[in-house]
Amino acid sequence: MKQFFAFVKKEFYHIWRDKRTLFILLGMPITQIIIFGFALTNEVKNSKMAILDFSKDVSSHELIQKISSSKYFDVSNVLTRYDEVEPLFKKGKIKVVLVIPQQFSNELLHANQTKLQLICDASDPNVANTIVNYATAIIKDFQNTIVQDQKLPYRIETEVRMMYNPELKGAYSFVPGVMALILMLTCAMMTSIAIVKEKEMGTMEVILVSPLKPFRVVLAKAVPYMLLSMVNVITILLLSVYVLDVPISGNLSLLISESLLFTITSLALGLLISSITDSQQVAMLISLMGLFLPTTVFSGYMFPIENMPLPLQIMSNIVPAKWYYYIVKTIMIKGLGFTYVWKETLILIGMTVVLFAFSIKNFKTRLA
Amino acid sequence: MNKEKVIVAEGLTKRFGDFVAVDHISFEVSKSEIFGFLGANGAGKTTAMRMLCGLSIPTSGKALVAGYDVFKDTDNIKNSIGYMSQKFSLYEDLTIRENIRFYGGIYGLTKKQIQDKTSYLVDHLHLQNHQNSLVKSLPLGWKQKLAFSVAIVHDPAIVFLDEPTGGVDPVTRREFWELIYDASERGITIFVTTHYMDEAEYCNRVSIMVDGRIEALDTPKALKINYDSASMDEVFLKLARKAVRGE
Amino acid sequence: MAAVIVENISKKYQVEKTKVTALNGISFEVAKGELFGIVGPDGAGKTSLFRILTTLLLADAGAARVEGYDVVKDYKEIRKTVGYMPGKFSLYQDLSVEENLDFFATIFNTSISENYDLIKDIYQQIEPFKKRRAGKLSGGMKQKLALCCALIHKPSVLFLDEPTTGVDAVSRKEFWEMLQRLKLQGISILVSTPYMDEASLCDRVALMENGKILAIDKPSIINSKFSKPLWAVQSNNMFALLKSLKNWEAVSSCYSFGEFYHVVMKSEEKGSREIEEFLMKNQFQEIVIKQIDANIEDSFMALMHTSNE
Repeated sequence: MKQFFAFVKKEFYHIWRDKRTLFILLGMPITQIIIFGFALTNEVKNSKMAILDFSKDVSSHELIQKISSSKYFDVSNVLTRYDEVEPLFKKGKIKVVLVIPQQFSNELLHANQTKLQLICDASDPNVANTIVNYATAIIKDFQNTIVQDQKLPYRIETEVRMMYNPELKGAYSFVPGVMALILMLTCAMMTSIAIVKEKEMGTMEVILVSPLKPFRVVLAKAVPYMLLSMVNVITILLLSVYVLDVPISGNLSLLISESLLFTITSLALGLLISSITDSQQVAMLISLMGLFLPTTVFSGYMFPIENMPLPLQIMSNIVPAKWYYYIVKTIMIKGLGFTYVWKETLILIGMTVVLFAFSIKNFKTRLA
Repeated sequence: MNKEKVIVAEGLTKRFGDFVAVDHISFEVSKSEIFGFLGANGAGKTTAMRMLCGLSIPTSGKALVAGYDVFKDTDNIKNSIGYMSQKFSLYEDLTIRENIRFYGGIYGLTKKQIQDKTSYLVDHLHLQNHQNSLVKSLPLGWKQKLAFSVAIVHDPAIVFLDEPTGGVDPVTRREFWELIYDASERGITIFVTTHYMDEAEYCNRVSIMVDGRIEALDTPKALKINYDSASMDEVFLKLARKAVRGE
Repeated sequence: MAAVIVENISKKYQVEKTKVTALNGISFEVAKGELFGIVGPDGAGKTSLFRILTTLLLADAGAARVEGYDVVKDYKEIRKTVGYMPGKFSLYQDLSVEENLDFFATIFNTSISENYDLIKDIYQQIEPFKKRRAGKLSGGMKQKLALCCALIHKPSVLFLDEPTTGVDAVSRKEFWEMLQRLKLQGISILVSTPYMDEASLCDRVALMENGKILAIDKPSIINSKFSKPLWAVQSNNMFALLKSLKNWEAVSSCYSFGEFYHVVMKSEEKGSREIEEFLMKNQFQEIVIKQIDANIEDSFMALMHTSNE
């Protein structure tokens, strides 16, 4: 055990003395959170909206008032004819048009039924989807106030509810994503590079010709990166709570334990990478192409997996980050307990065991 | 001895902060001379050689290499010298022919010249059966001989050799020196460093650097007489033991 | 019992599409407490042999034992008992001298103080720099530190793969003096080197070339087996002399050695008188000719010559 700790201590020296790498490792989560949180937000704010109001009555005025007062929409044009709509879209001046039919108030109040039309620029479907959702939510809200005022029993049911994220904040979905990404990078990439570096420098040769059990060497190299990853997890959580106002709805210790599990999964991946290559460059490339890319693409935080073609959907199942992302989302955002994530946890444990088995089998007690 | 000077250095100095790596060295090397440049690790050999190759600007002093100033004319210097070291020589993943073509190309030889040179070198070094094999498949000794030939493919005024024979077997080592003599007869000046003291005896003149200064410079014969030694090895040990500084 | 026994070891490598023979049926023994040299140029197979003996590589054929342990089956035992210094500087450049030594002591389950006696001699030379990072040491000091690290657990057999390559003549001399002192402590030492002149500093040497052993014996005995008379020749124009001698059909071999050429004649009847006559006829002046004893490099080249035939 003393040997093991001596090794871990040495690993800390390496990390501590390579200030530039340390800075990147600890700075990465901070910059990621800040970039995603403020620059790359999925939120759609101040979308330009044109109004084609055929009724021009009290209710339509109220509705327009409500929409333009929200931060999501800017009413930029008031139209009078249908054929004005398309030119505006073509010029890219507006994102959405709200068409209010004649007799809007009348129909709403007396016939209890009316139809509104939303015409949306869907060249960017994600944005269009969000805009429609926002608009629908506002209209719904508007309807509710009228219904309350009139105390009428009858209304149209178009249920669109923004669950768990009532304000539709973009930060909610990317915080778990960034966590998956950072853990994958610090753990898998850094561990594999650190091990391969020993091979490259020739120190592995001397270490192998010592009574130290080879696999312990590798584990000792992983420990510091595990700790570093946990520091990163805590940094991310602190930033998301205090800077981005994304609360942790679920159990914090459960969240931390799941993160630890995912750290170990990433570690096993790193060991596997280090066992198949002898150069730092290759280890880095494999980590980036084999881990970073799938994590971003298949974890579901950038692109919804449900929208992918079936083969890709199936493929996404072997990406550990997908499961971790789901777990974090469930615990952190939805505030649900272990009973809701035990299956995903089991999958992650299974993956970890398989990966470890592979890397142990692949680990060489000799050179070449 | 031929009087045309190919290298003239006067008070050449290089400092790194407080550390004086090369301390006022002065010497001259004549055309087609084989000049041995010896010194313990850290005596300042590499730094001095870099300055002469135009890779590093001296802190003070003067030096002309092939008639060009090491402060101002480094581009011209690079065109008139060849360089070869044990560590950097040829591209391992290119074939022999490709290496010759590449180096001929970067020194601006014409297609015709490259072709002539290639067939001459392949013949001369007995590589007919290997001209299209990758350099990494060759034994070290062959590689070093080829690397030397490639370093002088453009008939430079001077060729700098940095420990060219390290690890090479004794027979090939001597064949290598025959190539050096050959080049010298063709008028190329040879500036060579080595750790093999018997090779120092093959040089026309030898300089020995200690702590950044040239401590001795003469023919091997004269050095042995002056230092009352039976071999260059002894001369070197007597001088290098005086060193105070490490690397 | 011998410290190292090597029986018929062979090893091939795959390079691109061709198989390269690194070791071709090598056998030898190293006695306990012996300073045994393996002398040969790069590519002779020295590093492969060291890696097989230190259990880092598996041989294709043959067997080897270190301190009675089989290099394949008992590799764990061997790793506890040997010290190894690879050809490339293999310490942590970002750790200090002291930290490196401490680290290696700990992974070998010992401490610096426990075996300080053994390394004291060498360590004292680098102790003033013990806070310095290993990467910032000079070549000679790095080598001393590496030797300390390889010795810290008091190994009974020490494997040093080309410890003096790229090191200047002064440090080389010091290093060999250290090895002589270690030998007195009863440690068996296997050391490889491409420098022929270092062979004379070993108790016994194996001369290696192209994966084969050309000769194994005491250096003096190897030299005494040099069968033909050897002449050292010198004149005014050395390069012209070399060409003339090489083109003379009576000469069997002619190699430069420092300020002389070492010449072997095809027929033993021809001696200094015939050589002198030939040189006079070719207008050489200041001619010096003397008969000399072969050194290890003469022997090596002669053996290389016969093994290639």
